[in-house]
Amino acid sequence: MLLSLRKVTKYFPVQRGLLGRPTAFVKAVDTVSLEVGAGQIVGIVGESGCGKSTLGRCAVGLLEPTSGEVWWDDLEIKGLTVHQKRVHQRKFQVVFQNPYASLNPRQKIKDILLEPLEVHNLLKPSQRLEFVKGLLTQLGLTEEDLTKFPHEFSGGQRQRIGLARAMTCQPELIVLDEPVSSLDVSVQASVLNLLSHLNQENGVAYLFISHDLQVVGYLSQRLLVMYLGSVVESGKTEEVLGHPRHPYTKVLLTASRGRGSLMEGEPPNPAQTPSGCPFHTRCAYAEDRCRWEKQQLLGGENFWEVACWKWDRL
Amino acid sequence: MTELLCVRNLKVSLKAPSTSREGWVLRGMNLTVLAGERVALVGESGCGKSVTALSILRLLPRPPMEISSGQIEFKGRDFGNLTPEQWREIRGREIGMVFQEPVSSLNPVMSVGEQIAETLRNHSELSAGEIRARTLSLLARVGLPGPTRLRSQYPHQLSGGMCQRVMIAMAVACGPSLLIADEPTTALDVTVQTQILDLLFRMTEEQRLAILLITHNLNIVRGHADRVVILYLGLVVEEGVPDEIFDHPQHPYTEGLLAALPEVSRKGRTLYNIPGVVPSPFEAITGCAFADRCPKVEKKCRQSMPPLIETRKGHQVRCFYPSGR
Ligand SMILES: Nc1ncnc2c1ncn2[C@@H]1O[C@H](COP(=O)(O)OP(=O)(O)OP(=O)(O)O)[C@@H](O)[C@H]1O
Ligand SMILES: Nc1ncnc2c1ncn2[C@@H]1O[C@H](COP(=O)(O)OP(=O)(O)OP(=O)(O)O)[C@@H](O)[C@H]1O
Ligand code: SF4
Ligand SMILES: [Mg+2]
Ligand SMILES: [Mg+2]
Repeated sequence: MLLSLRKVTKYFPVQRGLLGRPTAFVKAVDTVSLEVGAGQIVGIVGESGCGKSTLGRCAVGLLEPTSGEVWWDDLEIKGLTVHQKRVHQRKFQVVFQNPYASLNPRQKIKDILLEPLEVHNLLKPSQRLEFVKGLLTQLGLTEEDLTKFPHEFSGGQRQRIGLARAMTCQPELIVLDEPVSSLDVSVQASVLNLLSHLNQENGVAYLFISHDLQVVGYLSQRLLVMYLGSVVESGKTEEVLGHPRHPYTKVLLTASRGRGSLMEGEPPNPAQTPSGCPFHTRCAYAEDRCRWEKQQLLGGENFWEVACWKWDRL
Repeated sequence: MTELLCVRNLKVSLKAPSTSREGWVLRGMNLTVLAGERVALVGESGCGKSVTALSILRLLPRPPMEISSGQIEFKGRDFGNLTPEQWREIRGREIGMVFQEPVSSLNPVMSVGEQIAETLRNHSELSAGEIRARTLSLLARVGLPGPTRLRSQYPHQLSGGMCQRVMIAMAVACGPSLLIADEPTTALDVTVQTQILDLLFRMTEEQRLAILLITHNLNIVRGHADRVVILYLGLVVEEGVPDEIFDHPQHPYTEGLLAALPEVSRKGRTLYNIPGVVPSPFEAITGCAFADRCPKVEKKCRQSMPPLIETRKGHQVRCFYPSGR
């Protein structure tokens, strides 16, 4: 397996007591397992603040999980030497949600893009510039842009530079964190086409984080739905979007069809997660049992899972 | 209804730092926003939407950009000659602004509560207790869970969508009469997005807040805007009521945009995208800016720039050969 997360949990301290010891935690990611095979596209959707970016950062080794394991190519990251980690890191890239903060403001685009090729000694030196130019053109940017600095671009142009940088590393997997969120539909279409081309031709796998169900649905084969740090449903994309099982997925789909937000109540405070099913405070079907029983992921054929005990009675 | 904001024939030039070549980011932009009106500004990445917003607030990066001609009026006042004091008043109080990249426009070393409180302190006479209460209620209104805890957190401790909502809370804190929101909901999932838009649109009704909404989400435009303005390379190419524009697009660019929408049902098929790229600001353009990418281009299109003409009531288009006529 290219990437596998096993029961990954990540807590952030949010309040400290007198001695500087944390007294309260945000459970950003709570016991999440997932696998991405070579050339596979797995989508992650879920409410703002439910832990998608945190999970993505754990997957590429930028954050160390509080507990649980992250495996790359059947090796556990924790067991890798510094050298091994560096070698593997190239294959696992991430495109951040906030492109501006992730680009060095004092480097020209040319250097930003050539650097990974030089550091990892990819391609012949004479081919590098051509490769970078080709990539820019495919992303709807131009050769002229090579001599500019990150601040000289519009928001959507910057987002594509972040993408280009991840692609120059010739990775095997890219965590794409809202990679097309600030692109207009036409540019978005060409970026999605390029992503799907890279996937089919070069077998690049993606962990695709987005809140746009149409976009994730278009690209991904498997889909994970997160709520408050936990996976509440997963399965084949068509199945999840076509026949959602979890009440939260149902709400998400209805809202995305423009029928208004049907969710009752406030989103829970992630520093004080509800007991039992994390969704019970807002679920239209909640009963007593939901309030105290922690929900397990129940599975079925075709590898689907749902964390709701009464999913088949809704 | 009264005119709140009026931008006339705005041109913004751009100097290339190394070669001192001059280009144009806005090439004669016209835009009006009435009191309480919701206007959506749509257009391809790099076409000048953010620059339009920044020039209204005189926040352009100068150099390399410069307003070279045109007029901006707000409540009948000319923005050309205001004192720094007047500007401070306008930016914080009269016009609220949500920037496109919220994480980088928040102050990283100040807690989010303190940032909102500062805005309130600078533009109102509220007491410390009132400011505290107001801050908490603003955070709650934009749907942020646990406002008391959040207040003392720093931007890096929040998710992308949470930062975006903090920006929105700050922008509406002092009850502005115009909100300029640059992609305010891009990092938000549909449920929160709907909640935020509902909040903003309630404010347009209750407080006669006008909104200039920059977005590429055509569903939002259709559901929420009174009028949509479509921009291409620093010029308005089509303008009108959303339903009319989406059901009967007349400009080839607008038609292309509508055809490019991704859908689960188009899975596996290559998505349509408008061929070619937006020309760079430095390219000299004589005729229609869209000519090189247009499927209907004729000789005339390359010779002179088509004017913006009204084809139906409330529907304007800048094309010699508009569709459906
Ligand atoms: N460094 C940090 N310190 C404290 N809390 C954090 C930190 N990073 C993230 N969090 C918290 O963890 C939770 C999950 O954040 P994350 O960024 O993973 O959400 P997300 O699903 O990516 O949301 P969005 O869609 O808005 O980007 C949030 O409640 C956030 O406030
Ligand atoms: N600081 C800058 N220096 C030089 N050029 C700039 C600068 N900021 C923007 N530009 C250029 O000005 C043009 C318009 O940019 P603007 O940010 O207004 O685009 P936009 O319509 O907001 O696009 P997006 O949807 O991608 O945010 C683009 O060609 C961009 O490259
Ligand atoms: S004016 Fe000509 S080139 Fe421009 S959009 Fe219309 S038909 Fe196309
Ligand atoms: Mg995120
Ligand atoms: Mg912009």
